[in-house]
Order: sequence, then C-alpha cells, then structure tokens
Amino acid sequence: MKEIRWHGRGGQGAFTASKLFGEALALYGGVHALAFPSFGPERRGAPVLAFTKIDDHKIDDRSDIKLCDYIVILDDTLYNESFLNDLKEGGKIIINTNTSHENKNESIIKIDATGIANSVLGKPIANTAMTAVLASVSGFANPEILYKSLSHYFKGELLQKNMEVINKAFEISRNIIQQ
Amino acid sequence: MTALKKFISGDDAVAEAVRLVSPDVIAAYPITPQTVVVERLSEMVEDGSLKSEFMHVESEHSALSACIGASAIGARTFTATSSQGLLYMAECLPYASGGRFPIVMMNGNRSVALPWSIYGDHRDSLSQLDSGWIQIYVEDAQESLDMTIQSFAIAEHQDILTPVMINLDGFLLTHTYELVTIPEKDIVDSWLKPLENKLAMDFDNPKNMAFSSQPSDNTEFKYQQHIAVENSREKIIEIEKSFAKVFGRSYGGLAEGYLYEDADFIIITLGSVTGTCRSVIRDLRSEGVKAGLIKIRFMRPFPVKEIIEYTKNAKAIAVLDRDISFGYEGAVFTNVNSALSRNNNISLKMNYIAGLGGRDISKDSIREIFKELKEGLIKKPSKTVKFLNLNVETDDNINEEKDNIPQHKSEGVLLWS
Repeated sequence: MKEIRWHGRGGQGAFTASKLFGEALALYGGVHALAFPSFGPERRGAPVLAFTKIDDHKIDDRSDIKLCDYIVILDDTLYNESFLNDLKEGGKIIINTNTSHENKNESIIKIDATGIANSVLGKPIANTAMTAVLASVSGFANPEILYKSLSHYFKGELLQKNMEVINKAFEISRNIIQQ
Repeated sequence: MTALKKFISGDDAVAEAVRLVSPDVIAAYPITPQTVVVERLSEMVEDGSLKSEFMHVESEHSALSACIGASAIGARTFTATSSQGLLYMAECLPYASGGRFPIVMMNGNRSVALPWSIYGDHRDSLSQLDSGWIQIYVEDAQESLDMTIQSFAIAEHQDILTPVMINLDGFLLTHTYELVTIPEKDIVDSWLKPLENKLAMDFDNPKNMAFSSQPSDNTEFKYQQHIAVENSREKIIEIEKSFAKVFGRSYGGLAEGYLYEDADFIIITLGSVTGTCRSVIRDLRSEGVKAGLIKIRFMRPFPVKEIIEYTKNAKAIAVLDRDISFGYEGAVFTNVNSALSRNNNISLKMNYIAGLGGRDISKDSIREIFKELKEGLIKKPSKTVKFLNLNVETDDNINEEKDNIPQHKSEGVLLWS
C-alpha cells in the first residue's frame, strides 16, 4: 500500500487535494484509494492534515497512517525536520516553497507551486499544482486522469486554467527529477 | 444498465441511498459526524433531485417525534443522528419501536459525554440496545449505501414493522472517501416496493397513537414486539438474497465469518475495525497462524446461530468492543458470551476494550490480541476484560508479568516465527 500525508492550513485545500488525487486514481487509474481528513473540527488557517491510501486491492485497513511514502506540504511554515522520521525507505517529502536554499537532503523535493498557481490562476491556491507534482514525482498518475477528476470540481475557464496548472507542474517537476 | 461510480464518503453514500429510496418525510437535526447527511439531503430536496418533505426541527427529540407522526399515517420516513443527539431522542426510541413505526435512522457512531468528544466509538448506539430497534453495523461506504436501502425493506416488512438503526463509525466511515457504486433509481424503485403499512391510520380508519396499556395486556404487546424481531432473522437474510440478485452485492447475513472454518483464534468485531482485522488476519495466515474473524452485522436481532457455528472449531476468541459497560465488560462481549454459553469447546474468551473516543486501533495492537490468545491457552490471563493500549499504569499492569502487557510496538513485529 502507498500512503500519503498532506499538510496544509485550513482553507488551502489540502483535504481537497487528497481527495482529488484518490478520486483520480480510484475512478480512472484502475487502483483502489481511500482519502480522509485528519478527523475533528475544521478551522481556517489552522494546521490540517489529510491522507490518501492507494493499493491494487480493496483497502480495508482503516488504522492511522504511521509511515508515509510521500509527505506533501502545501505551506512551508508547516515543515518540521521530524517529518523525515515518518518516511518509509525511499519515501519523499514534497514542499511547496519559494526559498532558494540549496537542497541538501535527497528525500526532500522543493517546488514553487504557489508561483505556478499565481502565474496561471492569478491566485496563490497551490493544491492542484501540488497534486500534479505528487503525480509526477510518484508516477502514480498521468495528467489525463487528473483532468478527468478535476472536471468534477471545476467547469469552463476555471477547469481549463487548472488543467494548465497541472501541465506546468508536471513540466517543472520533470525537470527537477532529471536534475 | 450502467451503475454510476462515485468517490464519496460514508455520509454521502447514506444520502445517495436515501435519495434513491425517496422517503416521504425526512426530519433530522445536524450533529457531527452525521452533519453531511443532513446537508446533502436538504441540498437534494432544494435542487429537486429528491422529492421528500424535509422537516426542519429544533432538536433530535423533535426529529424522531416528527418521524413517528408521519409514519403513523403510513409515510416512509428517515432520520439521522449521532451520540448526544441519539441520547436526546432516547425517550422517543421505544415510542417508535413500541408503536411499530418502520422508521429508518442513520447513526454516526460517536462517543458520549463526559468527557465531551466528537470522535467515534459505539457507546451511543449500544446504550440503546434495548430500545426495541433493529441495529445494523457496517464496514465501508458501499455497505452503508446498500444497507440503508435494505433497512427500509427490513423495517417496512409487514411481519417485522420495527424501526431500523444503521450505524456508521464516526469519521472512519462517515468522513472517509472511497469508490461507491450507486445503483439506478429505476432499479431501486422496482426492488423496494412502496410502503403499504396495514397499521397506518387515515380519516377513514382513525386510530389511537401513543396508547396506554394495563398490567393485563402490556406483556402481550412486548411479547409481540419480541417475536417480530426474533422472527426477522430469516426475512433479513431473504431480503439480502433478493438484493444480491438485483444489485450483485451481499455481506453475509446477520454475521459474516471470514477465514473461520479452520481458525484456532477468532476475533469478533463490529463496524469499521473489521477491515483492519481482515488485513492483519491475512498477514497472520501467510505466517501460518490460523486466525479468523466474525463480523457482527446485526446486534439486534443477535446472530446467535451464526456465532455458535463460526466458532465451532475455535480454541480461543477475542471480542473487540468499542464500548464499556462500567463495572462489568463490553456489551458486545456480554452478548457473544451469552450465545457461546451453548458452546463449551472454547478454552479462552477475552474481551478487549479499544478505540474509545476515536483512538486508533492499529494493526500491531490487533496482532498483540492474537498473540495473547495464543499465550492465554497455555497460561490463562488473570483478567478477561482488557483495555487495549492503556496509557496509564494500573494495579492490573503492575501485578501482571511484564510480557503480558500490551504495549505500543514499532511497525511490523514478527510474532509468529
């Protein structure tokens, strides 16, 4: 089973991202998925967690995720070094950040997803971009199945723009992976 | 026929089922973790995709009272609640069952105060086991949808005429998104016959509701209620078979046995933890441990026959209770033990209290239970009722040998080498 933990702040769409990713894979990727928020009250701006489980078989294990294949962080102020202990072997942390510090840890991938969102949507909503970055880095999903899933959330111009975000995020992450 | 697939939560799945069933009257008051059900249903009524009368009420007590009134004139009714809400409507629960009103209710299982907690366990619904309602517990969102539809067929069966409470674990089911197949409305309409309640009243057949009784006839009322629920067992199985024929899914009747035939050690569960146990049992099987599972799907009527049958080759059993009846044991254990008093072959029966107030039940702790069952056959544990992963030192902990204390373990401990 592949296990993903999402970090964001209430309102940034971390749970929507976890759901969009699970939905794309379960409906169009031929695998099984569960998506769930960190259970409890929802508050705008407060740190929130969301989770996606992915497997070839029906997922019946509903216990908490302990070690992750990927930790996706929508807001870099939420990053904590202790997260490295929560990774499985070969696991990766993907951080949305515009800081240009040199990346010393090979388990950490940095990408400016807010920059992508700002340039295409004109708004700093990075969740679609981060979903695409995860898809690209993990190889779990291609852009086409993300488009299909997105079409349940957006219509018309907004859908087109979000598809553009996905393309751009895929392109940038491919370059990062190659480096 | 193309059934639609959607990636939705347990709450959404219940709302979709209610849309397909189209009750005449819905009366409900929102409470976490059931709120989404009420939100979706009111949105569906608003956008016209659900033709029900949605009654806005000021409390759970009123919600069930409204359903009782509507049901008395033969209307198909639905309500939903959770935890304190269920307790607030508790006064009305025996009114509904005693009046033989075939109301269907979804309950999002959540702990009860104090301490105040919005997280899940079974202490709300199990406290109402004697209210006269049929109680169903489900494992995933698909079963939530399928059993919500079947609940109406069960409640409205003219030989049963008893309200049904379908229980979904708070958050673990109500707020977890997964793939659900949503049947077509036409097919549901032709499977679920319209409600024609022979007991309903109208202007031509005025009746007395909320009637009283004398010592001379009260017992007969209660006897008939008891017999109706007792005899509902075969009908519940028939309804599931007929549902499976049309929709292609079934879940094992009153209780499902999983890898039980040759099992030495069997764990007995209710609700969503069943899935986690299945996953552990598959691991243990691959390590050569004969582990098995019984998933109780109906707490009332209780699956006595099934539990005796499925445990007939077991050496030791553990009942996992997400509740505790203070001063005794878990309610599920009491019921299982009562059924098993007719089977004396089992050497060890243990009761684990776990998952209270939303605490995670990990795969490791389920492995620990199986390990303790195995060890318990050699040296009988000093206590039958154990709290799983207790974080406080107790006399119990201190007096026992350290090896027997369940502890937080790291991942993937190999117990069966």
